[in-house]
Amino acid sequence: MSGMDARELPLLRVREVARYHGANLGCRNVSFDLWPGEVIAVVGESGSGKTTLLNCLSAQLEPTAGTVRYNSRTDGLQDIYRMSEASRRMLMRTDWGFVHQDARQGLRMRVSAGANVGERLMALGARHYGDIRGEATDWLGKVEIDVGRIDDMPRTFSGGMLQRLQIARNLVTKPRLIFMDEPTGGLDVSVQARLLDLLRELIADFGLSAIIVTHDLAVARMLSHRMLVMHRGEVVETGLTDQVLDDPHHAYTQLLVSSVLQP
Amino acid sequence: MSAATTSSAPAATTDPGYNFAYLDEQTKRMIRRCILKAVAIPGYQVPFASREMPLPYGWGTGGIQVTASVIGPDDVLKVIDQGADDTTNAVSIRRFFARTAGVATTEATDEATVIQTRHRIPEKPLREGQILVYQVPIPEPLRWLEPREAETRKMHALQEYGAMHVRLYEDIAKHGRIATSYDYPVKVNGRYVTAPSPIPKFDNPKMHMNPAIQLFGAGREKRIYAIPPYTTVTSLDFEDHPFTVQKWDEACTLCGATDTYLDEVVVDDRGGRMFVCSDSHHCGERQAAQQTETAAPWKGAAE
Repeated sequence: MSGMDARELPLLRVREVARYHGANLGCRNVSFDLWPGEVIAVVGESGSGKTTLLNCLSAQLEPTAGTVRYNSRTDGLQDIYRMSEASRRMLMRTDWGFVHQDARQGLRMRVSAGANVGERLMALGARHYGDIRGEATDWLGKVEIDVGRIDDMPRTFSGGMLQRLQIARNLVTKPRLIFMDEPTGGLDVSVQARLLDLLRELIADFGLSAIIVTHDLAVARMLSHRMLVMHRGEVVETGLTDQVLDDPHHAYTQLLVSSVLQP
Repeated sequence: MSAATTSSAPAATTDPGYNFAYLDEQTKRMIRRCILKAVAIPGYQVPFASREMPLPYGWGTGGIQVTASVIGPDDVLKVIDQGADDTTNAVSIRRFFARTAGVATTEATDEATVIQTRHRIPEKPLREGQILVYQVPIPEPLRWLEPREAETRKMHALQEYGAMHVRLYEDIAKHGRIATSYDYPVKVNGRYVTAPSPIPKFDNPKMHMNPAIQLFGAGREKRIYAIPPYTTVTSLDFEDHPFTVQKWDEACTLCGATDTYLDEVVVDDRGGRMFVCSDSHHCGERQAAQQTETAAPWKGAAE
């Protein structure tokens, strides 16, 4: 690997990943490459292993078999489960972001919005209050939260605002890869639409790569370049998003696509 | 609040029903081993098998066990509570060791070899050979935002201390300045973020490069930690909001000191109040020195 230019390598290389929960299958035989600037959607019904896969990829759940390698800024492709815990945690709070479905899980609910956004900066050693606050203000603006709310507690925010705050908190360190678990789940459709617009803009502006788990095909169509369709723990179909959605080959994908109401 | 305050208990009155200094020898040995480890890793919280003590949790069960383990027959013990030698808790603990260990007790900071304290560091600078024992209610400085012990240990191990600054950030955002005024987090020897116990931040600078050994005992939480002599102790802050200590516009009503930590005392029900040194021995000593001079302007207020 060392002789190759880092730009020729994918950001994330996943090979034969499997995870069993005891005797039960979570997911198996998952392999793909994620390239810089690419957004991949993982779709499938509840219980198909989407979230298990996402947890395996984001260093939160060690796979039973297979490898997940990340192209780090300094050392090239590294197996994330073979790194030291210190560097893995460093990676998770600098180069990576994780957007939870429930924003409350991803935020500190007992500190103000500004502190939530500034936390990662402080974790990286920022020690100038004015600079941290400036950056937080900047990011609240970017995610369309009124900067006058910077000192308000997250519990006073609406669901859509919480989700945007969570995104700002993750993006403040300019990560290269962001994991999202149903980022629009639990939001009403107009709020969803604005959030999707925002995500699409941010992804384009910062050249982010993302892995988005969703059961909503509209979200996948809008945000992702490629798709993995999961069924019973396995990837049954993969391809460009438009191609998969417009011309599904696998019987399960056909069922999935046809079960969406066309307005 | 009498002036010359050394009142040594006769060393021969040890209660024969107790082992020396109350704890059994095996327990003291276990605690001493923990103290040695704590001194070797400044600021690191060493778990220990805290014993039931004949006083309630929160009254100094950790401090009293540490004191019992380090005290010897020749030591001279001083106990202070909120700076004062004459409060109930201080008097009880002093009497406890006078009875079970037969040690001499004192109120004079410079005569003591072991000083057990709650909420203050004496105003008079400590010297080499003295041991300062703190009573600690919550030894974990990260506890307020991370309730899981396994996680806080990991954060210490990996030096993930960004969260401490989140707390200071919140203070500035809410109050315009760092409003935390006691138990102000410090970094010991450039490594471990440590709770200085609920001493006012006024006392934080005294911990830095102190010639005395500083031992911390948390009985309910079962932790011992230490700051060895001449160890760096820095208070966390921001570049544009540096650490500062409390200041008072008033001087001590009794001794006139302007450089000590002052307690505000309400003296009547019409809003009358006065400020006095919280370190009662230091204040008394200053008053005695003034009384021996010809002019003694605070003489009337002294008693």
